[in-house]
Amino acid sequence: MTVPAQLDGPRRPPAAAGTRTRGPRFTARARESAAGWLMSAPVIVLLLVFLVAPIAMAAWVSVSDWDGIGSPFASGVHAVGGRNYAALLTRPGLPQQQLGESLRNNVYYVIIVVPVQTALALGLALIVSRKRLAGRGFFRAAYYFPSITSSVAVSILFLYIFGTAGMLNAIVSDLGGQGPNWFADPNGVLHIILSGAGVTTAPGALAGHGFLGVSWWDWLAGPSVAMVALIALAIWTTSGTFMLIFLPAIYAIPADVTEAAVMDGASAWQRLRKITLPMLRPTLFLVLTLGLIGTWQVFDQIFLISQGNPAGTTLTPAYLSYLTSFGDQQWGQGAAIAFILFAIIVVLTIVQRLIVSERRAGRAS
Amino acid sequence: MRSKIAITALAAAGLAVLSTACSSGNGFGGSSSAASTASATPNKSALTLMFGTSGAAETAAVQQAAKAFTRQSGIPVQVIPASNLTQQVAQGFSGGTPPSVFYLDPGTFQNYAKDGALDAYPPGLPNAGGFAPALTQAFTYKSTFTCEPKDASTLALYINTADWQQAGLGAPPANWSQLEADAKKLSTGGRAGLTIDQTHSGIDEFFYQNGGSVSNAGGTKVELDSSQNVAALTFLKGMLNQGTLKFPSQMGAGFSGQAFGENKAAMDIIGNWENGTLQSDYPNVKFKVYPLPAGPSGTRATLSFTNCWGVPKQQGNLAGAVALVKFLTTSQQELTFAKAFGVIPSLTTAQSQYAKTYPQYAVFVQELAYAHPDIAIAGATQALSAFDSGLQQLASGSPASILKTAQQNLQSVIDQGA
Repeated sequence: MTVPAQLDGPRRPPAAAGTRTRGPRFTARARESAAGWLMSAPVIVLLLVFLVAPIAMAAWVSVSDWDGIGSPFASGVHAVGGRNYAALLTRPGLPQQQLGESLRNNVYYVIIVVPVQTALALGLALIVSRKRLAGRGFFRAAYYFPSITSSVAVSILFLYIFGTAGMLNAIVSDLGGQGPNWFADPNGVLHIILSGAGVTTAPGALAGHGFLGVSWWDWLAGPSVAMVALIALAIWTTSGTFMLIFLPAIYAIPADVTEAAVMDGASAWQRLRKITLPMLRPTLFLVLTLGLIGTWQVFDQIFLISQGNPAGTTLTPAYLSYLTSFGDQQWGQGAAIAFILFAIIVVLTIVQRLIVSERRAGRAS
Repeated sequence: MRSKIAITALAAAGLAVLSTACSSGNGFGGSSSAASTASATPNKSALTLMFGTSGAAETAAVQQAAKAFTRQSGIPVQVIPASNLTQQVAQGFSGGTPPSVFYLDPGTFQNYAKDGALDAYPPGLPNAGGFAPALTQAFTYKSTFTCEPKDASTLALYINTADWQQAGLGAPPANWSQLEADAKKLSTGGRAGLTIDQTHSGIDEFFYQNGGSVSNAGGTKVELDSSQNVAALTFLKGMLNQGTLKFPSQMGAGFSGQAFGENKAAMDIIGNWENGTLQSDYPNVKFKVYPLPAGPSGTRATLSFTNCWGVPKQQGNLAGAVALVKFLTTSQQELTFAKAFGVIPSLTTAQSQYAKTYPQYAVFVQELAYAHPDIAIAGATQALSAFDSGLQQLASGSPASILKTAQQNLQSVIDQGA
């Protein structure tokens, strides 16, 4: 990120050098830099038009009372300060409660999907990278297939699999059980487990207090049965993509290191723990970061399958932002939700980066 | 350092250029105002007609109507079937190019009416007084009738005649106690006697039948948490707990009409759109349609649903757009639509003709006399879906607290909007 000063230093002309040499060099440099600007101009313009400007516009909308009619920069649109954010974060009411519920739903989604899909992707990558495996190409293609299939097709496929009389429940009933009413069951998994242990009502301390309009008891509900189906879908579709990211990193591990370990008598497990995993750490960081961002932004499956139902247990901040904007025409509040989500993702990525780099530093010393 | 400043300067310049481009000119069309009124003569510039379609039959019928209008008036009309109507219309409005005429539902109508985006054209048209009161009420904002309804739907009681005869039942239920008794007799072998949709649009009619309501006449006060409404929900909860009433999700159906078609329920309270479902997906089901049973005190009530022809105030050919609506809301054109894709006309003159032509569906028209429009409040989509979430939990939840929560949520939406 920052270039140490001593690296940059020697390249500068010494102060003692005459102005004669300095002048022509400067113009050559200027010409060079002008050419550089000219060549990168198309990209800069594209970034401005499609990235910087929309973000700036959304930021303005999130602190304005724009009603969705005409330009957000028209004279009738006023700045309202933090009112949209206050309605979501500090003022008790439905918007705050729905943000709280959507964050709860998404937190469970993230903490299940990210570790499981990363572990599965790594496992698959380790298996298909083995030279002795017959039909490696076939398996690599097969595992990658869900990722390149349209998410619409995959979502509809899962609607059939997890239907009340769908494939999964048919198998369960063949085995003598009774499957749940997947996409219609709003009960939290942790609540179901607790009720199995005889706890059906919230202890007063948990029911009476809460955060963002959702009681602690409801924060601890776990993902709803419907959300579990969506979690399964996400893991199934994205593991293949991340497997593909792990594969070249595994191939890049020098064979002589592994051979030396074998000569030293390291077991397969030791080789995995002490050689493969440490050497994959940069890739692991990439996969975790991409997974974290992707899962916090989950939208398409919700839009296609559940629309936040049943009982708001599959509502996510991204879908809530869409609903608030297009459903209720509360454009400012919708944009504010998007920026809150943005802040969450940035903070979590920084935290994750710190954890990974701290561990690296700890190992080195 | 120098290059950093240069990048910042360039970015700022670019932003400035962009924002001025957005705020001026017609690209984002914020300030451009076509101050034409409905009384002005229509010009010949092209119109757009955007609608959400129920299928090929509706698309073809709307296209034909648009062509006929063009032949008569010389104004070209581009017909756009939308895949996501609400979203596409919203994009049009924010870009300054909304469709000239579009299908508009009562909930979204409230949003646009509040923003002052719609032209209140009905007073200029000869048929403005010709609609059923419940339909006019649905599109009245602050006592101004703003948008002419294009169709009408009401909830009625669908009865599976085979199940009915098998149970040895006679006349259809006339009141709640008969409904409950008949549902009990019809519930056999895993089949529910009655099903209804677990949403406010499927349940609110019970409030009106019990003498309650959803809001006051002006739509300024929510009146959900009344004792009549609590009693109505308690009645339904009792039937749910008996198992004589089942919600579609309990039976693995997406909506109550599907459960009825698959004969998982013998009776269904649903609107006339069910006719199309039964015709195309369950052609072997024999059924009859009856008026909804009255409440304990004999009050008859149902819910009405409708869409209107929305006309944005700011557009290039406002008079042309109003002329198109005038063309589409003649008795003759509404009956053509009814024949093509099964909608019930919105004009009372066309309705009586419709009831004669389709006597089996006359009950839907008959019920309009005591229909209440489905609840519509600006910006309340989410408060209403939270209410629906509460209703989904009715079997285990408390009717009073479900209604109290919905009351608070909806009232705060109104208070914040005012």
